[in-house]
Amino acid sequence: MSPQNSTQDPLWVKALVLSLVAAFLVLVLILPLVSVFAEALRRGIDPALEAIANPDALAAIKLTLLTAAIAVPFNIVFGVCAAWAVAKHDFAGKSLLISLIDLPFSVSPVVAGLIYVLIFGAHGWFGSWLIDHDIRIIFAVPGIILATIFVTFPFVARELIPLMQEQGVDEEEAAVSLGANGLTAFFRVTTPNIRWGLLYGVLLCNARAMGEFGAVSVVSGHIRGLTNTMPLHVEILYNEYDFVGAFSVAALLCLLSILTLVLKGILEVLQPQVGARGH
Amino acid sequence: MTLSASSKRLSPFRRRSAIPGFGITLGVTISLLSLVVLIPLAAVILKASGLDGPGFMAAGFSPRAMAAYRLSFGAAFAAASVNAVFGALTAWALVRYEFFGKPIVNALVDLPFALPTAVAGIALAALYAPNGWVGQYLAAMGLKAAYTPVGVVIALTFIGLPFVVRTLEPVLRDLSADVEEAAASLGAGRISIIGRVILPALGPAWLTGFALSFARGVGEYGSVIFIAGNMPYKSEIAPLLIVIQLEQFNYQAAAAIAVVMLSASFAMLLVINTVQAWARRLSA
Repeated sequence: MSPQNSTQDPLWVKALVLSLVAAFLVLVLILPLVSVFAEALRRGIDPALEAIANPDALAAIKLTLLTAAIAVPFNIVFGVCAAWAVAKHDFAGKSLLISLIDLPFSVSPVVAGLIYVLIFGAHGWFGSWLIDHDIRIIFAVPGIILATIFVTFPFVARELIPLMQEQGVDEEEAAVSLGANGLTAFFRVTTPNIRWGLLYGVLLCNARAMGEFGAVSVVSGHIRGLTNTMPLHVEILYNEYDFVGAFSVAALLCLLSILTLVLKGILEVLQPQVGARGH
Repeated sequence: MTLSASSKRLSPFRRRSAIPGFGITLGVTISLLSLVVLIPLAAVILKASGLDGPGFMAAGFSPRAMAAYRLSFGAAFAAASVNAVFGALTAWALVRYEFFGKPIVNALVDLPFALPTAVAGIALAALYAPNGWVGQYLAAMGLKAAYTPVGVVIALTFIGLPFVVRTLEPVLRDLSADVEEAAASLGAGRISIIGRVILPALGPAWLTGFALSFARGVGEYGSVIFIAGNMPYKSEIAPLLIVIQLEQFNYQAAAAIAVVMLSASFAMLLVINTVQAWARRLSA
């Protein structure tokens, strides 16, 4: 056997590995994806479209869009600030701060919802004060937005921090020494360097914000037309045995996640340094 | 001048930098982090500490809670093990082989990150139910997947797959063919190259991927509850038990279970960080 061949797997190994991988991915990833569309279209396209056009479904779509429209910009502001402080400066406790930013990823979504119930719920810390002032957070839209912000918290920051660390501080220092203030240096010098990484983080953040289930389910109260996001609406329809309805709304969410994957793939091809750290 | 004055004042904590905006960005970062994450997390610990020792044990380690932990941790371990094997094969195929549809497979591996967990949950439940596409063949063999702990493992396998693949891929890519060629030219066979050269180099990343997949599985809720059956003591996961306690207004019991789970996740986080530090030392 020549040295070149020795780093190549024999054909039978390659065939075996590829068929095992194919079988596994079909069972775990591909069939579930296909089955969503198959179940949604079980009785044709019209019932599926009707389920999506249902007023409660439309209200859920609206709430999901609203939630993402607040959680994603919040995440951008936080992520950019955190990355600027961490990547462009040296200070004590930096690695602790980075670990703390990642913390929400290791907390169960249900616990993420629970913590807000314990603070803002009727029996929580601020419960009676909130009731006296007629402010509803839990079982209302603000709670849903808060829980979503918690679970998406690290997305943009963890994309930008390694990217900005890699780029160093030379360009910003040059800009500042030429008289630029911080904001000018950020928008003219840093932003062009990080825009693709930022977009990548926003993409992942948005997918999670629109798809979050566990945390939102704990704080939502499942009030139809009011506090139901799309994933919660899927759950309600499913538990009522309206499978066509549940899978139709689910199919819409599937299309969204396929779009996310396609955009993510394009970004990774065009900007290979983006997303190198995984997530 | 104000800039240098302020960096002098902060000098014990930070090195001088010409780049402005440190104070405000760090301030925003720490304020938001505290308000959204740290203070709320402290609330759950405080709530649980309202219980005395025996009360905490009764709520956090009741027989029903113990059964739920066993299922959550056991199923997450099983799923992470399945992923460690098939995720590694998938990463190997993506890095080393050329095949039809590779870009699509590559994109699909991230599907569990992009797909809402509830959607994954109902899809897997429909697929593995006794009348589903896959479930009917399992049923014919006398196997039941959905509505049993096996269903939980299936859902957690789906959720955890990308962690193993995406952690192993860069390491496999960096593992240059030179080392293997060198081993081969010294007379090593393919099997001993895999056993002596490739597997040791993959070790830390493999363990990290396994741990990430495991950690994600322990806390997972959305994809599991549809396929699990949710029978107390049998197929009820720990996060679901928190939800049930909340619905019955047992806030302290919910907080106690949450604290047990949080402690477990922090312990795992510590393990993952240690493994990664070890990996960095190995590669350095």
